[in-house]
Amino acid sequence: MPDPIVVELSRLQFAATAMYHFLFVPLTLGLSVVIAIMESVYVMTGREVWRKATLFWGTLFGVNFAMGVATGIVMEFQFGMNWSYYSQYVGDVFGAPLAIEGLMAFFLEATFIGLFFFGWDRLPKVGHLVVTWLVALGANFSALWILIANGWMQNPVGAALNPDTMRMEVYDFMAVIFNPVGQAKFVHTVSAGYVTGSMFVLAISALFLLQKRHRDIALRSMVVAASFGLAAALSVVVLGDESGYLTTQDQKMKLAAMENMDVTEPAPASFTLFAFPTGNGQTVEIRVPWVLGLISTRSLDKEVPGIADLVDGAEARIRNGIVAYKALAAIKLNPQDAGARATFAASSKDFGYALLLKQFRPDVENATAAEIRGAAEYTVPDRWPLFWSFRLMVGIGFLLIAFFAYWFWQASRQRLEARRWALWLAVAALPLPWLAIEGGWFLAEFGRQPWVVEGVLPTFYAASGLHLWDLVISLGFYVTLYTVLAVIMVWLMVRIVKAGPGNKFALSPDAGEPTGTPELEIQPAE
Amino acid sequence: MHTIPLDYETLRVIWWALLGVLLSGFAVMGGMDLGVGTLLPFAAKTDEERRLLINLSGPTWEGNQVWLVLGGGAIFAAWPVIYAVSFSGFYLAMIAILLALILRPVGFKFRGKVADPRWRTAWDWALFIGGFVPSLIFGVAVGNAVLGVPFNFDDSLRASYSGNFFQLLTPFALLAGLLSLAMLVTQGATIIAMRTRGPVAERARRYGGMAAFATAVLFILGGLACLLLVKGYVILDGAAVNGPSNPMHKTVDVITGAWMYNYASYPVLLLVPGLAVAGSVVAWLGLRYRRGVLGLIGSSLAIVGIIASVGVSMFPFILPSSLDPRASLTVWDASSSQLTLFIMLLVTVVFMPIILAYTAWVYRVMRGPVTADGLSRNPNAY
Repeated sequence: MPDPIVVELSRLQFAATAMYHFLFVPLTLGLSVVIAIMESVYVMTGREVWRKATLFWGTLFGVNFAMGVATGIVMEFQFGMNWSYYSQYVGDVFGAPLAIEGLMAFFLEATFIGLFFFGWDRLPKVGHLVVTWLVALGANFSALWILIANGWMQNPVGAALNPDTMRMEVYDFMAVIFNPVGQAKFVHTVSAGYVTGSMFVLAISALFLLQKRHRDIALRSMVVAASFGLAAALSVVVLGDESGYLTTQDQKMKLAAMENMDVTEPAPASFTLFAFPTGNGQTVEIRVPWVLGLISTRSLDKEVPGIADLVDGAEARIRNGIVAYKALAAIKLNPQDAGARATFAASSKDFGYALLLKQFRPDVENATAAEIRGAAEYTVPDRWPLFWSFRLMVGIGFLLIAFFAYWFWQASRQRLEARRWALWLAVAALPLPWLAIEGGWFLAEFGRQPWVVEGVLPTFYAASGLHLWDLVISLGFYVTLYTVLAVIMVWLMVRIVKAGPGNKFALSPDAGEPTGTPELEIQPAE
Repeated sequence: MHTIPLDYETLRVIWWALLGVLLSGFAVMGGMDLGVGTLLPFAAKTDEERRLLINLSGPTWEGNQVWLVLGGGAIFAAWPVIYAVSFSGFYLAMIAILLALILRPVGFKFRGKVADPRWRTAWDWALFIGGFVPSLIFGVAVGNAVLGVPFNFDDSLRASYSGNFFQLLTPFALLAGLLSLAMLVTQGATIIAMRTRGPVAERARRYGGMAAFATAVLFILGGLACLLLVKGYVILDGAAVNGPSNPMHKTVDVITGAWMYNYASYPVLLLVPGLAVAGSVVAWLGLRYRRGVLGLIGSSLAIVGIIASVGVSMFPFILPSSLDPRASLTVWDASSSQLTLFIMLLVTVVFMPIILAYTAWVYRVMRGPVTADGLSRNPNAY
């Protein structure tokens, strides 16, 4: 058993590095497609302004992409570094999508990204366009495989515990790939990425319009961003609803916790719009009748179970898990014990629940009734962070539909510059997609606690047996380096935006300040 | 259940070989960029010279690094317990590698965006660290794997590691680290010599020649150490080649010189270390006599020979345990399930040729010498 403080710091480190990495990934997803659209228009119309737009947004894309690559490599390695028991216990299932991501997606994206920047004068127009689309395709495929892996942590299908190797092994690979949770997460997440990319382009273009600079590029960029953004914002919410529906089926506890729902209500359940704890164990709530039942069960007669019922259910599964645990001990003593193997096969789906007892005692089979009850109550995640991160995400999601609808409408009337206050609002709205995305990621991962793999492996049991100092040193390094890089990146992006499209950036020390540097034409090969 | 057309033993050997292919792929492809990074302050003195080197790696280094990412993913998928034990056991060494690798993408991308010499010098150092530190530590890690690593398992197969960062720095492991550094510097030097002109290429030839010589000498010294000093591991019994992946069913003996036993059983395997030495000599000749392609081929063959020598010497061991030799991880007891190995093999067989094809195409598009004039024409150059 790893030291509890090591577990907490490992969780903190994983959350910090993943959420930091996830600041750059959605922008890569969205901006790669926006750029590919712009370059497509350039190739079809041959108009120079679209090439300039592609180059300008491409420069910003490059800075963001570098940060994504820098922080992404950490993700690939830290499962083994900080979560070694997890890696060994589920690597047979979880490793495969990560490796396929490398083979199918990241190779494509990373090989062609160089050509995107260096291939302008070496490729024909259409050739370069194909390269740009391949980068976008690679980025999106990448998200698919990562979310298939993550979907399995939420809904571990197609695998079972093998008593001889003490780990989860795949028996149905198609079930892992076509896991509905993974698929729903994929479309929800890439749509959120498209919203982010659109917002980025829209907000910076609005700034140009306010400053009355680069009007030609800003107006065209805004049209692309508003239409693509509106489609994406609608898709995020519609497909997010699919995520919610699946959560009801597979992760009932996550739903009950994020709804702060202690007891099962008669169907159809009401949706809590807002709730505040009053300090004496009670809460003040505003509830909307029927809504939760409708969105989460798509019916008027199915119940959404409350926390108390789910804890009782967990207790039953812990008791069944102890049966599996005892059978496993018998198999270890005598691998030929057919009776023990039959018992194990029947009860092993609850083996993970027995592992919850490891926090109280190593000899799980001797757990007291109080310990079993304690472990069952431990399956309830902290509800208030979930409650609010969910509402933050959904609130911003709806707001952004209205936002992009407004700009789409203005774009179709060719009145993008009509209202300066609206342009200022567009600039100010820049951080919104990131807030929603980080809220959503937090909701998905924190809501899965105390499990690292839902119902299969508790988080506290999955960590590496590292020393406190290992974590202090690594966390210190990450925080320092990531903070410095964030400051540099933002400074650099501001500088690039200030210089604006058409200006090359200081390429040699004698080139002077970028704003004063005349544009250097490049000749695309015909 | 599926029927799997390849037996478990064959799949395990294939994935052992593929692990070598992926590590060699990274060392050959990514090694060019790591070597360029390490040589950056030495082979290039002025900003213009350094830009030549940075833009030599610039268009292709990201694709090359995916070999490492894929290597990590493939170890996770095919050898999960090795991924788990080695990455957590070498924790602080891995952190050092990661911090160095984090500096690379930003170094390449950010350096050229600001003209201030202090800014550029700072990123030059970042790129140097990003090349030098991983080159050295990868070798130290492999050296420790050859020596055996202090870990054991409890009865739920949870690994405990009882070493620390400083215990990794034994003389043999440092020798392996220097070997890895010399080998990757040679690789970087050969690509610089091939694709640049003038004083930068000259300096690369000089340093590369020294590195190629050092590679051969350090490799032979390492081999002698394995013969005379280093304890090797031998499986006595209990290893079922088709059995479940549970390392605790075998017994293992530890004997000085045992890493040479495979060569005694199959003398033809001596061609593998022979390739490592011959490749280094060819690299040296290519650099000395200005045959750019020959240098790169020699250096690449040396890399393949060195990595394959480690694999062949240790087979079937991959990560021996010095603390509890029974717990050593081998080809027969550390793999994924038969189904996972088979599916991953299918995916690899389909995608690896595609990857090689488009990588070759990208190199073709970017072919030719890197010159200051060419850089001034590309506003996206680093």
